[in-house]
Amino acid sequence: MTPDRAERDKTDGVRVPPDAIYLDYQATTPTDPRVVEAMMPYLVQRFGNPHSDAHVFGQEASDAVERAREQVAALIGAEAREIVFTSGATESNNLAIKGASRFLKARRDKLVTVATEHKCVLESGRALIAEGLELTILPVERDGLVDLDRLRAAVDERTALVSIMAVNNEIGVVQDLAAIGAIARAAGALFHTDAAQGFGKIPLDVGAQAIDLMSISGHKIYAPKGIGALYVRRRPRVRLEPLFSGGGQERGLRSGTLAPALIVALGEAAEIAGREMGAEAARLADLAASFLARLGPGVTVHGDRTRRIPGNLNIGFDGVRAQDLMAVVPDLALSVGSACTSAEVEPSYVLSALGLDNQAAASAVRIGFGRFTTEAELRRAADRLRGAVAGLRAPGLQPVLERATSFMD
Amino acid sequence: MSSFVFLDHNATTPVRPAVIAAMMAVLGEAGNPSSVHAQGRAARRRVELARCQVAEAIGLPAGGDIVFASGGTEANHLALRGLKAPGRILISAIEHDCVRAAVPDAALIPVTADGLVDLAALERLLQGGAGLVSVMAANNETGVIQPIADVVRLAHAAGALVHCDAIQIVGKAPFDMAALGVDLATVSAHKLGGPQGMAALALAPKVPVRALTTGGGQEKGYRAGTENVAGIVGFGLAIEAAVAELDAYQRLAIMRDWLAARLLAIDPQAIVFGADAPRVANTLSIAMPGVKAETQVMAFDLAGIGLSAGSACSSGKVRTSHVLTAMGVPPEVAQSAIRISLGRDTNDTEIDRMIEAWATLRTRTARSAA
Repeated sequence: MTPDRAERDKTDGVRVPPDAIYLDYQATTPTDPRVVEAMMPYLVQRFGNPHSDAHVFGQEASDAVERAREQVAALIGAEAREIVFTSGATESNNLAIKGASRFLKARRDKLVTVATEHKCVLESGRALIAEGLELTILPVERDGLVDLDRLRAAVDERTALVSIMAVNNEIGVVQDLAAIGAIARAAGALFHTDAAQGFGKIPLDVGAQAIDLMSISGHKIYAPKGIGALYVRRRPRVRLEPLFSGGGQERGLRSGTLAPALIVALGEAAEIAGREMGAEAARLADLAASFLARLGPGVTVHGDRTRRIPGNLNIGFDGVRAQDLMAVVPDLALSVGSACTSAEVEPSYVLSALGLDNQAAASAVRIGFGRFTTEAELRRAADRLRGAVAGLRAPGLQPVLERATSFMD
Repeated sequence: MSSFVFLDHNATTPVRPAVIAAMMAVLGEAGNPSSVHAQGRAARRRVELARCQVAEAIGLPAGGDIVFASGGTEANHLALRGLKAPGRILISAIEHDCVRAAVPDAALIPVTADGLVDLAALERLLQGGAGLVSVMAANNETGVIQPIADVVRLAHAAGALVHCDAIQIVGKAPFDMAALGVDLATVSAHKLGGPQGMAALALAPKVPVRALTTGGGQEKGYRAGTENVAGIVGFGLAIEAAVAELDAYQRLAIMRDWLAARLLAIDPQAIVFGADAPRVANTLSIAMPGVKAETQVMAFDLAGIGLSAGSACSSGKVRTSHVLTAMGVPPEVAQSAIRISLGRDTNDTEIDRMIEAWATLRTRTARSAA
């Protein structure tokens, strides 16, 4: 982007309100202090380049990277050497989808995905059309889940790759990965899952779920932004064409100097997630239930009510526009749709894919909570929302609203 | 053992304490720069401030772009593979591995015995037509500073754009993209006191580059993926500090030259590469003839000194340096070359340790040869 002091200064006045409640855990999470502590030594003293392992510093960094690889692998039932570190889930998705499709192009030239995937998956798929591949984008049901019969019918001997996300970033629904994996495998196609929103939150097993490629994100599970991983099956071996080549790091799949501090952080975050997943899921499910109860009637939850991660609620407040709602509760960090599309005014394509009309889609807000969200915060957030919604539904409020909205802009 | 002496700063250099402190603070914040709520906008502001810091440090031409990437390799790839319709590509024979790998079909511009890109040869190559010329600003192994202004003059006259891998020069010697007329430049954070896993591609206005990774439309569509906010903040602070300290950094040249003189005095057969060319202040490429570089690296490691044979990426493999080979150094000499690269905190005691270790190794190997 063009650096522009004036542009920067426009945001000079940005102050996070002191009583702000962060409810956007699907966009990103704060880094867990335990993770910061784990990565700190690799920023401070152990500054070796992990590829010059001839000397002590390099060796320490290299050991730390390999330990992190094991920590990440352990969480998904993989082997350490099947983990390739990347700069994040977007890169992982690009590498998996473009890399596998390009490698298999001569033998299999079809790619199957679904309409509610993250933008980077859909964009990667579209980029491949220009290279002669055929892209099938399947619809989802009203609950956000893919219809397995429809998938079975779409996957054939020409299909190189089936790419279906583990957990949706906007509505939190969990796809039936084992069934999808079995369908892909039966047709001899590879199964890639974008698990950016699932890794560390729900149990994943590359064996039981027949997953060949899995994208992993750090900053969705309390590690920093800028680190991710791609699981690449070794038996039978999945081959990829790298996005960039060079020093030959990461088995030649991903060149470039690795950042030990970031990798250590991802490993630590994975280990904590594995250890605390059960208790955390139970706590968040309780929080979600009491939050919903406190909101009262006139609320629609989008996506399947049971097959979902507990830290996400995509909620429509009947008759209230989400943007109006957000304008009157600036202390609540909510979002409409995903972060990548949050500046757009179009209704969410994910909600449209569920069959919601424009008005219903425009009334939806995404509420994401997680490890550092307290019960008190959610109580206050629910009360703030209930009050704001009641106000917005009351007649004669439009002029006030206009002012509030223009102030926000 | 007394403390380890790290003389491999061209591979990576410690993160500045102020940078670490700033990054720690940012890590604790929630906020995706693409989000519109206050936390998101606060993160956006941090990213845009750093973008200005990077732009000012390298003299980005007005209206140009800074694209943050996960490292030098990615940024170089974005430049060389992302440039639309580049036509024939010329790269110097001493480019980093990742540049060579990004454009394996590129024609190589030879270098002189001093390690300087051969301008007469470049002129001849340009007559065959070219759309892009890629020459690094300073070489990672020899530290030799390339005549970029001349490269740009010749390339532009022939209608070619110029990409400059400036990773090894920024923070060590002046680099001004606008003054030089460079069209694309790569700069990396961890070579100048910023964190690993962070770099930028700088683009002059209207340089047509297409993204390698597609998705959320971040970085004006040049590079998808949630921004590494803490890394970007660290990069911005580090590059600002490094460029502000450029004058002070030049003291390393005195230390480096003293070191070279002492090593040559101990072993008159030793050869310093690029000694007659302008070099960044911290780099010394030197051969101890008759002793394999791997042997030296291991011996120095045992003596508590970290340095490398050739560049870090190739130090795991036993391979003759393509840089020295391009300078016409015979293989047996090139295979005995090591790279000593000082850092901003390197002190005289550490230099003495290096001299002592070199003398010990020279005596031991001379004895075993006899």
